[in-house]
Amino acid sequence: MRAFDYQVPADALAAMRAVAGNDSAVFLAGGTNLVDHLKLGLTHPDLVVDITGVTSDEVVERDGGLWIGAAVRNSDLAADPRVCERYPMLSEALLSGASGQLRNMATAGGNPLQRTRCGYFQDNTTPCNKRRPGSGCAAVGGHARYQGILGTSEHCVATHPSDMAVALSALDAVVHVLGPDGERTIPFTELHRLPGDEPSRDTVLHHGDLITAIELPDTPIARRSRYRKVRDRASYAFALVSVAAAVDVTDGVVRDVRIALGGVAHKPWRAYLAEEALRGQAAIEDNFREAAAAELVDARAVDGMDGGNAFKIPLVTRTVVSVLRGLTQENQ
Amino acid sequence: MNAVGQDMVRRDGPAKVTGTATYAYEAEVDNAAYCHLILSTIARGQVTDVDVSAALALPGVLTVLTPGNVEKLAPTDDAELAVLQDGEVAYRGQIVGAVVAETSEIARHAAELVHFTYHVDEHDSIFTTDRDDLYRPKAINPGLEPDTSIGNVGEAVRSAHLTVAETYSTPMVHHSPMEPHATTALWQDDSLVLWESTQSVHSVRTDIAGLFSLDAEAVRVICPYVGGGFGAKGSPHGNVVIAVMAARALPGRPIRLALTRQQMFAIVGYRTPTIQETTVAADRDGRFTALAMAAYGQTSRIKEFVEQTAAPTRMMYAAPNRATSHRIAALDVAVPTYMRAPGECPGMFGPEVAVDELADALGIDPIELRVRNEPEVDPETGKPFSSRNLIACLREGAERFGWADRVAGARDGDWLIGTGVAASVFPAFTLRTTANIRFDHNRYTVELGAADLGTGAWTVLTQIAADALGVPVEQVDVRIGDSAYPFASVAGGSSGTATWGSAILTAADTFRDKYGDDPADGDEAENTFIGTGFEGGPYATYAFGAQFAEVRVHADTGEIRVPRLLGVFAAGRIINPRTARSQFVGGMTMGLSMALHEHSVLDPRFGHVINHDLAEYHIASCSDATDVAAHWIEEDDPHVNRLGAKGIGEIGIVGTAAAIVNAAHHATGIRVRHLPLTLDKLLAGLP
Amino acid sequence: MQTEINLRVDGTDRQVTVDTRTTLLDALRERLANTSPKKGCDHGQCGACTVLLNGRRVLSCLVLAVTAGGKDVVTANGLAPDGELHPVQQAFLDNDAFQCGYCTPGQVCSAVGALDEFRRGWPSHHGDTELTRAEVAERMSGNLCRCGAYTNIVTAVQQAARA
Repeated sequence: MRAFDYQVPADALAAMRAVAGNDSAVFLAGGTNLVDHLKLGLTHPDLVVDITGVTSDEVVERDGGLWIGAAVRNSDLAADPRVCERYPMLSEALLSGASGQLRNMATAGGNPLQRTRCGYFQDNTTPCNKRRPGSGCAAVGGHARYQGILGTSEHCVATHPSDMAVALSALDAVVHVLGPDGERTIPFTELHRLPGDEPSRDTVLHHGDLITAIELPDTPIARRSRYRKVRDRASYAFALVSVAAAVDVTDGVVRDVRIALGGVAHKPWRAYLAEEALRGQAAIEDNFREAAAAELVDARAVDGMDGGNAFKIPLVTRTVVSVLRGLTQENQ
Repeated sequence: MNAVGQDMVRRDGPAKVTGTATYAYEAEVDNAAYCHLILSTIARGQVTDVDVSAALALPGVLTVLTPGNVEKLAPTDDAELAVLQDGEVAYRGQIVGAVVAETSEIARHAAELVHFTYHVDEHDSIFTTDRDDLYRPKAINPGLEPDTSIGNVGEAVRSAHLTVAETYSTPMVHHSPMEPHATTALWQDDSLVLWESTQSVHSVRTDIAGLFSLDAEAVRVICPYVGGGFGAKGSPHGNVVIAVMAARALPGRPIRLALTRQQMFAIVGYRTPTIQETTVAADRDGRFTALAMAAYGQTSRIKEFVEQTAAPTRMMYAAPNRATSHRIAALDVAVPTYMRAPGECPGMFGPEVAVDELADALGIDPIELRVRNEPEVDPETGKPFSSRNLIACLREGAERFGWADRVAGARDGDWLIGTGVAASVFPAFTLRTTANIRFDHNRYTVELGAADLGTGAWTVLTQIAADALGVPVEQVDVRIGDSAYPFASVAGGSSGTATWGSAILTAADTFRDKYGDDPADGDEAENTFIGTGFEGGPYATYAFGAQFAEVRVHADTGEIRVPRLLGVFAAGRIINPRTARSQFVGGMTMGLSMALHEHSVLDPRFGHVINHDLAEYHIASCSDATDVAAHWIEEDDPHVNRLGAKGIGEIGIVGTAAAIVNAAHHATGIRVRHLPLTLDKLLAGLP
Repeated sequence: MQTEINLRVDGTDRQVTVDTRTTLLDALRERLANTSPKKGCDHGQCGACTVLLNGRRVLSCLVLAVTAGGKDVVTANGLAPDGELHPVQQAFLDNDAFQCGYCTPGQVCSAVGALDEFRRGWPSHHGDTELTRAEVAERMSGNLCRCGAYTNIVTAVQQAARA
């Protein structure tokens, strides 16, 4: 960890400019991933810009939805009664992530930008295209348990570790960004990238882009929604597979449905194919299973030690079915 | 009133709950400098060049230790301790250098700036049983025969009513104490003080004095508290040698050196992966006609440690035909060592699952099957057991757990429910230790170089000393954790309390013989307890136990939970029920962790453990183990030692994983033979 | 880059010179000789370094000390001013909720923070409205204990909640 300067900018504009104007500058919010990476030698900034005071730390009503300041801590967001009532899957996702201490630190803007926990990415001594482009992907043929099954490339099979992001993806959240060219919005489902041949880039953000807020549109279907995380420990572990889902069933027929998956791809995976397959269909288990199958049509396991991650494919199906069964039974 | 047997609160409790108990890295010294280790990034080869210029140019860097620029150590056959003596690299993660600097931040930064050039040799880190270079070691830990055979197993299998012959395995696992190995070292006026996180201050002193050609009197090792050890701090590793080198390079300057969590996965030992080819043959009534295990493990090419995986197979159950063997692969991997219940912990997994499989096939209750195969004497040595209460543990456990109510196919909503049982065992022995007792101002001070790893030694030794001297505990000050006190054995092998307690009894006898009941200020006596050694005496001395688990498996996702774990143990006399219960429960909780989570993933392409941190190397969290209960049988064993205590630190982890795997089978019908028991191993068999 | 910050540690104002890289954990341990928060993993994966920062439980290993300037830090030692144990500490002692003691100060701070969160009505992943064993365990799961004292920790936290 080399030495760096530390700055506390006056406002968001100054923060954005401080980073945008210096290739070796980084934003510091909750610090839960950045400080980790500084110690692992994964990032070597010359300048650290503290943004905890430059964006809102409040959740406010706007246009029937909620507007979440980027500096809102995960624990505050998870406990917000409006989130619990109107977007339970988001509260559940937040509460299933990390630990009480970490949720007190991590921010709404920072959580979706955390980087993969792939062991090879985090180990400077092994090849990794995300960390050192062109060095290869050691996860293929190696420790593949936590790697992806959807949208992977030959260059990278890593998964995105955030739970919150999976719910935001299902909720069609909108990200507000302040960049060198001014303010803009990005649909949350388009914030993260697939690895393709450039796995070093996790998102479509450019250097200096500052997330200022995340907007949750009015989403009545989300009032009955769930986040289900399947993991190796009962708590305090990253997802093997997770499912964020909301469903509206009337007269036994699925009128509308939202499904997003975690632990399966380089980005929180919005399961549009599964949603499409389910809309207008009877809310029965066979259809849930077929919907999951539709989403997984291009799923590919990563070869590796101990059988790779092939188990994730049936696990996704089983978890999707389990969640939808639970939601629709509650419906009735 | 006797102090022994009382529920005495930990003497070090207030210091621990406030965080004022000081561990090795926290020793109070002035003007400390900080040392950071550098580990090899190749698995085999040589360091051919080291460029330290960038590191030395960094303001605040005091020195850089590299192969060849450090002092020559005395010859040693322990290659783990011969750090930086040459540029040879025998495994990935071996110590190849260290930086000392004014602050820990600078030391860490400088460590990144030291540039190593390697000649890389092809390495081989693949552990399998079909290698052609597996060998039979001369001995297995702690000095046992590698192979044993009685009768004819093959013949017995051919004529058996039923045989279970399966291969079971346990993965590489790491001790992972919460306190990373740490040292504060000060070299001043030709003497060395080490505040070291260790299970044995005296063995650190002996090893360090030998390596640096110092008189033992010139070395003092202090360790009042240890943040967990489990074997990883049983004998010194290369890190403490580096700390001493750094201290001697900077006389008068205290050096602090702590390992990072990641470094812990390379240089302080681990439990070898084991493969256990297990055979249990039985007649129609379930009487075993043959018992055998061919055990396989790995060791490092530069230092041999052989896990005694098949040792418990030799004594656990009766059978006329028996065989055990150990074969080892010496690989380009880090050095394994003993970890909580070496031998018994992994080695009771295969057999205790196999017995469950046999019970299932025979249609006999698994407790009843074990009862039918209870031996009269130790089946291989013929020695009588000093006491053996396995059946009592099984019966009492069954009663407390509600074993009779178990039903197949139980379900609660989405969760499939099952229960399982397995037996536990761990040998009881004692080692050599000296204790000193002094009287002053109406108080007795008892000194010995023992260690409290969280076991409760501070407290239970006080209780033993009070009774030995016939005075209230308030009148006794026990002092441990310092090599300035008389020699004490390692806190390991579940031998601590029995050994150190026996030494205190011996010293107290001597004290009373010399001074009677009314000593004068300054009266002092010392005596040495010899102990049984690992060979034991005329009796077979073992603690036994029975473990019961309830397992729930989610019918959709295969997630596995253990809502209930109950153990009953027969471990001789219990000195302090409060700390004893914590020891049993702690061992069982670690056994649960082993069953469900632990797996150090060694990537043979690189030669090191990839999941080398606590986010990826899972140990059980609070939510995984909320109801773990331990009970014990009152056991009066006049043969084991004067205290009648057998040791309780390790038996709790033995058999737990088998009980959980057996319960998972009861819940799902799926038999998992390879740990850890994770959901991916159940998914295909779920409805 | 050295910089001077002011911290209120366990009720006492402290001035300390830190590197911008120095974590709050290392500032406490290596510069202020406060041994209460422990370093178990240094990466937010074990909870041993838990302190209360402006009243909230956080992991001091992931807080850069420079960002904590002007803030109030309470360690396990600060919970027992003049040696009088906090109800959580007393409960840990009463229930033998520790062995080696290395994770313990972090467990204690975490329990104090968790009970405060519960009293404020914050939900948890487990979702019980009472402090059942499973509910306490979920809220305490960010604090690993290798000695395996969890069963007693849960009991201790339940006892402290009633105090």
